[in-house]
Amino acid sequence: MGKVNTKVDLLGIELDNPIIPASGTFGYGYEFAELYDINILGTFSFKGTTKDPRFGNPTPRIAECPAGMINAVGLQNPGVEKVVEEELPRLAKCFNKKVMANVGGFSVDEYVYTAKKLDACDQVGWLEINISCPNVHGGGVNFGSYPDSAAEIIAAVKKEVKKPVIAKLSPNVTDIVAIAKAVEAAGADGISLINTLLGMRINLNTRKPIIANKMGGFSGSAILPVAVRMVYQVANAVSIPVIGMGGVTTAEDVLELMMAGATAVEVGAANLIDPYASRDIVLDLPRVMEKYRINDINEIIGGCK
Amino acid sequence: MKQSLFEIIENRPLTDSVMLMRLKGDTSDITGPGQFVNIKLDGLFLRRPISVCDCQGDVLTLIYKVVGKGTEVMKNMTCGKLDILTGLGNGYDMTKCGNSVLVIGGGVGVPPMYMLARLLREEGKKVTAILGFNTKAEIFYEEEFKALGCETLVATADGSYGTKGFVTDAMKDLSYDYFYTCGPEPMLKAVYNATPVSGQFSFEERMGCGFGACMGCSCKTLYGNKRICKEGPVLEKEEIIWEK
Repeated sequence: MGKVNTKVDLLGIELDNPIIPASGTFGYGYEFAELYDINILGTFSFKGTTKDPRFGNPTPRIAECPAGMINAVGLQNPGVEKVVEEELPRLAKCFNKKVMANVGGFSVDEYVYTAKKLDACDQVGWLEINISCPNVHGGGVNFGSYPDSAAEIIAAVKKEVKKPVIAKLSPNVTDIVAIAKAVEAAGADGISLINTLLGMRINLNTRKPIIANKMGGFSGSAILPVAVRMVYQVANAVSIPVIGMGGVTTAEDVLELMMAGATAVEVGAANLIDPYASRDIVLDLPRVMEKYRINDINEIIGGCK
Repeated sequence: MKQSLFEIIENRPLTDSVMLMRLKGDTSDITGPGQFVNIKLDGLFLRRPISVCDCQGDVLTLIYKVVGKGTEVMKNMTCGKLDILTGLGNGYDMTKCGNSVLVIGGGVGVPPMYMLARLLREEGKKVTAILGFNTKAEIFYEEEFKALGCETLVATADGSYGTKGFVTDAMKDLSYDYFYTCGPEPMLKAVYNATPVSGQFSFEERMGCGFGACMGCSCKTLYGNKRICKEGPVLEKEEIIWEK
């Protein structure tokens, strides 16, 4: 134990391990720092941040599914000014690594505005551009649904920032490879996927949707196979690094997504069920690597035969 | 917040659909009345948030209504251990009430009032408990509140026991300095409108995590956005915005 190498390079920044709590499941980090030292993580992607403060969607926002959940939070966040002035300084007290900034928006200008503000923060290592939130833009249509609009956002942001830009893609598309190639051509430094799958549940008693917004993003262990498939397809089609996510619950899931082509792996819904989930995956990773006779985690990236 | 294993020491019905579960474990993070715990159950993805009915020493008492898959699983457990997050939520602030206090619970809003009433009584307060139910067969814990030394009034919607009507009918002629309440939202709203006196309300919402990470249970208040699971579930009368 302890002899294996878990370090990976993510767009010029070395991560101690490839484990990254996903945006929307880890707040701005300090809430989890009350539970454990979050410096054990590779990094984390903070709550999707927009230009203006947002309350998000009406409640109920959450529904349960077999092996998963649906959320329609709708990018609730305090707005980028408050994030820069209050949330990041608070995070600095408990996290000494670079954090991944997750950027949301409703127009090209908004994405650029927010990305520029966060690009100027020393604490931020990467900009993860969320062009794929299923809970805004009136029921699933978003910039990430089409190659042209996805590329437009990425190109506009890329022109204005210095830090690596990661395009976070939606799985709710007909051809994920076409979108991945479009954002790569637009200058994206990396790609992360998958965001949540658009889903819906109905209360049999009331005959109404359980979620006030009707539809929401389906996440949890049930979606891992979709993530493995899409990461595999995209990693084989582009030459920029891919961050895999979707249903990751164990260190074994991390290895599977990395074999599919991921350089690093985000952990989402698992953090909401077990607040220690990401830490426990980090702690378990060396044991599972030894079990599968992996000395250096880099040797398995894209290693699916 | 603390994650730990609790051992089930008792699980019995109080009525046809309401169960009482007692568990033994590390209760050190339960700091006051009005908090809740979040329980992991085999085969279900999300944890189940249940209000704390009482906590004394290392014994935790929960009272829950069997309404869905999660509580159905709990109902059938007779022994074993449960993975529980404790110390969740911002409970009732006991420093704000005067000497004569009203605690008002409706249905499964009754349990959290028990620990509160017990602690208020231990501080020597005069506590009147109003317990609201639909019908006589659904009543539970009336004797337990009486045993704490609370004047205990019961209201049933169908008039089969106590005051006929709602908790607001039972509180009409009472005088008190402050109140605390928990129950279905229509009841909370009725209480809000029924009295000029100040008080605290405990709210319910569908939760993802129960500890402030997912923003699934947010609400608007006059003091800004709050998470029912973190800044709530207890809100003060003066900050509430009724939306639904």
